[in-house]
Amino acid sequence: MTIRRKEPEMNARTEVLDRIRRALADVPASERPQDVPVPRRYSHGGAPPTGSAAAVELLAERLAEYGASVHLVSTQDAASRLGRLVAGLGPGPVVVPRGFPPEWRSTLDPDRVLTDVPALPVAELDRAGAVVTTVAAAIATTGTLVLDGGPGQGRRALTLVPDVHVCVVRARQVMASVPEALAALRPARPLTFVSGPSATSDIELDRVEGVHGPRTLAAVVVT
Amino acid sequence: MNDATFLGMPAFPAAAAGALRDSQLRGNLARATGTIRSRRAAAVSEQDDWEHLREAGRAVKERTLRHLDRYLLQLEEKVTAAGGTVHWARDAEEARRIVVGLVQDTGEREVVKVKSMVTQEIGLNDALADAGIDAYETDLAELIVQLGQDHPSHILVPAIHRNRAEIREIFLRSMGAYGTAAPADLNDDPRRLAEAARRHLREKFLRAKVAVSGVNFLVAETGTAVVVESEGNGRMCLTLPETLISVAGIEKVIPTWQDLEVFLQLLPRSSTGERMNPYTSTWTGTRADDGPRAFHLVLVDAGRTEALSDPVGRQVLNCIRCSACLNVCPVYERVGGHAYGSVYPGPIGAVLSPQLRGTASEVDRALPYASSLCGACYEVCPVKIDIPEVLVHLRARVVEDGRGRLVPKPERLAMAAARWVISRPARLTAAQRAGAVAARLVARRGRVGRLPGPLSRWTDTRDAPVPPAETFSAWWKRTRR
Ligand code: SF4
Repeated sequence: MTIRRKEPEMNARTEVLDRIRRALADVPASERPQDVPVPRRYSHGGAPPTGSAAAVELLAERLAEYGASVHLVSTQDAASRLGRLVAGLGPGPVVVPRGFPPEWRSTLDPDRVLTDVPALPVAELDRAGAVVTTVAAAIATTGTLVLDGGPGQGRRALTLVPDVHVCVVRARQVMASVPEALAALRPARPLTFVSGPSATSDIELDRVEGVHGPRTLAAVVVT
Repeated sequence: MNDATFLGMPAFPAAAAGALRDSQLRGNLARATGTIRSRRAAAVSEQDDWEHLREAGRAVKERTLRHLDRYLLQLEEKVTAAGGTVHWARDAEEARRIVVGLVQDTGEREVVKVKSMVTQEIGLNDALADAGIDAYETDLAELIVQLGQDHPSHILVPAIHRNRAEIREIFLRSMGAYGTAAPADLNDDPRRLAEAARRHLREKFLRAKVAVSGVNFLVAETGTAVVVESEGNGRMCLTLPETLISVAGIEKVIPTWQDLEVFLQLLPRSSTGERMNPYTSTWTGTRADDGPRAFHLVLVDAGRTEALSDPVGRQVLNCIRCSACLNVCPVYERVGGHAYGSVYPGPIGAVLSPQLRGTASEVDRALPYASSLCGACYEVCPVKIDIPEVLVHLRARVVEDGRGRLVPKPERLAMAAARWVISRPARLTAAQRAGAVAARLVARRGRVGRLPGPLSRWTDTRDAPVPPAETFSAWWKRTRR
């Protein structure tokens, strides 16, 4: 970056802040932000309780409404059901991020599994048939899965470029509401909230599924 | 001065007249807004605490705006600490110069873009083109607008004025010139159209080194940026390139991470009528192992501090660009977005553009009259912007500026257009609503009384006779085929 550009920018910062202060001349100097009341009488969630059968059911219903396929499985059956689901997805490598639980990974065809160590080039991700990940949290009311790049989820490109995304969700991760989920998530991490497969409403405001993100979203919820 | 005006755009009345003549456009619009209105209503009715969310959203914005300097400084500190770089721009020209310079520093000659009202507002694409940099819009609707060499006409769906058959034609005609061509057998099935866009943009995403984005929210407390989208083009732009340049109006900041819980509930339901949009991305600075290695945040004033200085007009900076007010507006539905001569059409445009750009031009003086004051926009606004109140306030300002002339001519014509709209079957309801709004304003006389321009003047203005030469509806009857 050149000095030539940096100088006026410094002035811009001062000037914009000055303009703001002048514009707010009607705000008493003694007023603090917390003096402006923010009533939070809206629901903070909690019903159905996190991890409850009702929360899982609601998540499944809402995800399905947005065109995701949802599979409710027991802990014992999880691995084999996941293996069968992925085997049935059609050809192509399956990307599995670092930290994906070994008991689930072991049911995937080892010849198809691609690990992101070292980081896969984007062209290779583009050739992959699918990606299988865990999630950081799920929101039942809105049918949302949240990824935070933690173990088993990988960097954001992994769940973006392949055309099929299979998510394994544990029941205890399923919360009822947006406020509960945000409180549990860590903003320092890059977060991706996924509510159904990619879609657009840009043609006559009609929802069409499948644009740039994965066109198939499957959730395996382990209860 | 014309930064935010579509060059050569006629003022509202003339543009509205042109749009009214275009029955294709009216048909496309009426269908689309009808669909989205019912979807929004359903999504909102499910949320029992909607009114509490609206009030919280409004209050958070009020708190932010009254202490904006403090929150911007906090944001800057947090973004910088997380590895990002913050730039400040006083006006559109400065913002363009900063972004062009940042792209030039990377040595790249093309950028991918994800929908951002503010980059349209500042005319960024033309500035990039002048610098020899190709900017590819990646939002489906933006792509349609860009390939069709057209102007956006809606906040959420800039190509809302195009139907599927027109979109097919644009794709067939223009895609090949900019990359992967549309398949020759493309039909007008929305699925096939979306697929064509996917194939066209894919190679651009995979090779892009620089992206330019807007943001929906910036969290001061954590330095986190938030982009709300549907298609995944946002994720592509935010994740794959090496350099990310995000451009944001200074009003995009919100104080805390918790505040986001309010807006992530208000926005999707108001905007697309979904419980949640398909994708929301949040990021804080840069990370070594995930996403762009360089993150630049350009904070733009460009008239916002002007709006901020008006205690009544200030509330328009609450706007989260959901477009619900457009979708319920009888004037917008009849005349379309282009008539507003700005990237911000509809009711929000009528109150935002004259504040950002001032009321020197004919377009901007006419805009506060591009409404029948029916109040539907206020009822749906998720952050409770009292658009009718601001319209009336701005009309008073226009009249004051007009020095003596009671209602300047273009403004009269705009009112005639608005009047024509309500003089149809919906007339009674609309008039009743307008009456309710007036009553509301009178009831709060104390506040209205502080406006520059007395209430009585407003009453005169509102009841000013339709221009005698030819009323809008007479013109309509005469020219209608
Ligand atoms: S003014 Fe309100 S309803 Fe209109 S776009 Fe802005 S937030 Fe949405």
